[in-house]
Amino acid sequence: MALLEVENMHSFYGHIHALRGISLTVEEGEVVTLIGSNGAGKTTTLRSIHGILPPREGRVVFRGEEIQGIPAHHMIKRGIAQSPEGRKIFHRMTVTENLEMGAYHRNDRKEIQEDMVRVYDLFPRLKERVKQEAGTMSGGEQQMLAIGRSLMSRPKLLLLDEPSMGLAPVLVERIFQVIEEVNKQGTTILLVEQNANVALEIATRGYVLETGVIVNAAPAEKLRQDPKVREAYLGEI
Amino acid sequence: MASPGATLKRFGLPVGLILLAFLFPLINGVTGANLMFPVIVVAVYVMLALGLNIVVGFAGLLDLGFVAFYALGAYVVGWFASSHFSDVSFRFLSALPAQSVTGRELPGIHVSFWLLLLVAGVFSGLWGVIIGAPTLRLRGDYLAVVTLGFGEIIPRFFINGDNIFGYNLTNGTVGIKGIDSPGIAFVPSRAWQQFGTLDLSPWYYTILVLVLITVFVNIRLRDSRLGRAWVAVREDETAAAAMGVNLVTTKLWAYALGAVFGGLAGAFYGAFIKSIFPSSFSFNVSVLVLCMVILGGMGNIYGVILGAIVLQGINFYLLPQLNEWVHAIGEALSNPFLAAVDLPKYNFFLFGVLLVVMMLLRPEGIIPNRQRQEELREGDEDDSATGLTNA
Repeated sequence: MALLEVENMHSFYGHIHALRGISLTVEEGEVVTLIGSNGAGKTTTLRSIHGILPPREGRVVFRGEEIQGIPAHHMIKRGIAQSPEGRKIFHRMTVTENLEMGAYHRNDRKEIQEDMVRVYDLFPRLKERVKQEAGTMSGGEQQMLAIGRSLMSRPKLLLLDEPSMGLAPVLVERIFQVIEEVNKQGTTILLVEQNANVALEIATRGYVLETGVIVNAAPAEKLRQDPKVREAYLGEI
Repeated sequence: MASPGATLKRFGLPVGLILLAFLFPLINGVTGANLMFPVIVVAVYVMLALGLNIVVGFAGLLDLGFVAFYALGAYVVGWFASSHFSDVSFRFLSALPAQSVTGRELPGIHVSFWLLLLVAGVFSGLWGVIIGAPTLRLRGDYLAVVTLGFGEIIPRFFINGDNIFGYNLTNGTVGIKGIDSPGIAFVPSRAWQQFGTLDLSPWYYTILVLVLITVFVNIRLRDSRLGRAWVAVREDETAAAAMGVNLVTTKLWAYALGAVFGGLAGAFYGAFIKSIFPSSFSFNVSVLVLCMVILGGMGNIYGVILGAIVLQGINFYLLPQLNEWVHAIGEALSNPFLAAVDLPKYNFFLFGVLLVVMMLLRPEGIIPNRQRQEELREGDEDDSATGLTNA
């Protein structure tokens, strides 16, 4: 049984039919990526799975249970964490306070401390800035914090939205190394990314989205060879 | 862990101030300052400001109708500790003598003030939830308008409540008079067995304890999980929800808890002042309390207390004092305008000026809350940052 199964999901922004029957699966241990151009519905897909924008039709099955229509704040207890687009860290909280917020629903103080140490091991840069206001850090550091914060809930599935957004190429590489490391440590990842190059490098499988419909699904390796994908998303002419 | 010096620094000032507060009636008596009455009213406002601070300062929900809860608390005491419902006669642990001077049984409902304090708190808290629920989806300006509406509806209800299908519930503009005094039966002192108007110290100690409870609860809330959730919701609702914060209950708790303290303050005030009218619960009160919170420093407990003391200090002490001086100067100069000017009348004008000056010079308040300060200062940095990227 797949960890996450999305079946024929339709979502709307008011009257706008944003997702027109999305179906996808994420197996335990995988990194699955959604690629596509601006406005294709990548972020909307994550928002719909996460319950921020409840789908109007279709099923979302996580660990064998239907979760569509369950409000977003219950997702973290079920094991789905999200690192949203634009990072959305709490700017006026310190780094530590942000990480503590990531473990908001938990009460096991000792294990929270251990997880915090684990996050600081993944991102040594954050450790240097424990007491710093998160909003005063650089974009790369904020992205590290956003990922670190989402790991504080010990998620089974991590929804990552555009982790490369607005970052220098060197930092993008560094962030993706860590994402790979997080996956190796046992977190399944559903990754939405504009930067298809890096996404397909670490992903097991990929889905290509166009205007709310999945137009291609294949192992990452195969997508990278696909001439159409190369032309449209990998910047080759 | 903490060194004795640090402990002293942390607890020295609060403990000193609390001691001073407990000794105040003695100081007042010895010096003959005669400040008991104004100080009690100031304390009531400190409580109101701390209650509103939970809603505005902690949860970041602008509430322009806070007076509604103050009124509800006062009317609870008015209804259940006076002769208002004269067609019934009911006593429960009341400090009043069982019979009136004429020997007849007292009409009306007379319930112990201490019990009514609890009732008023719970009742107002419930109304906090009822008023909060429809505003949950609103933000900023819209929220302010709706709360303003509720703040106006409640006093209207008390004005027009003298004829609800023929039943006189609130006694209209005349209000409820002759509210029972509280008392503590087992204290061997007449002043304490039934709080009077000659010796105000029992009133003073009651409100002091209420204020201390409010401060304690405020501190505990600020440092609690709920307090952290409020900060998160204030910053970013989507991110907060993703962390597992239930936005609905988090906001409702803020409204309910704020309302509880508003209600408690109202209940005390009703019993203390003995007569309540709808006109005592006008929009001005909401604005005044909000000014205290903003002036002192939204979200900072000590700042809010200071804000309440400063504004009411101006109201009760500075303005009448200034007024006398100006009159004296006017008479000396035989200037009829200065000799007759009524300065206290311009108090809200002065508060307005004070707020504008504060917003320009120190928008975070006298004693700012750390996170609030950054929220207010951040705008400037953002502008300069975008300016750089555009250039």
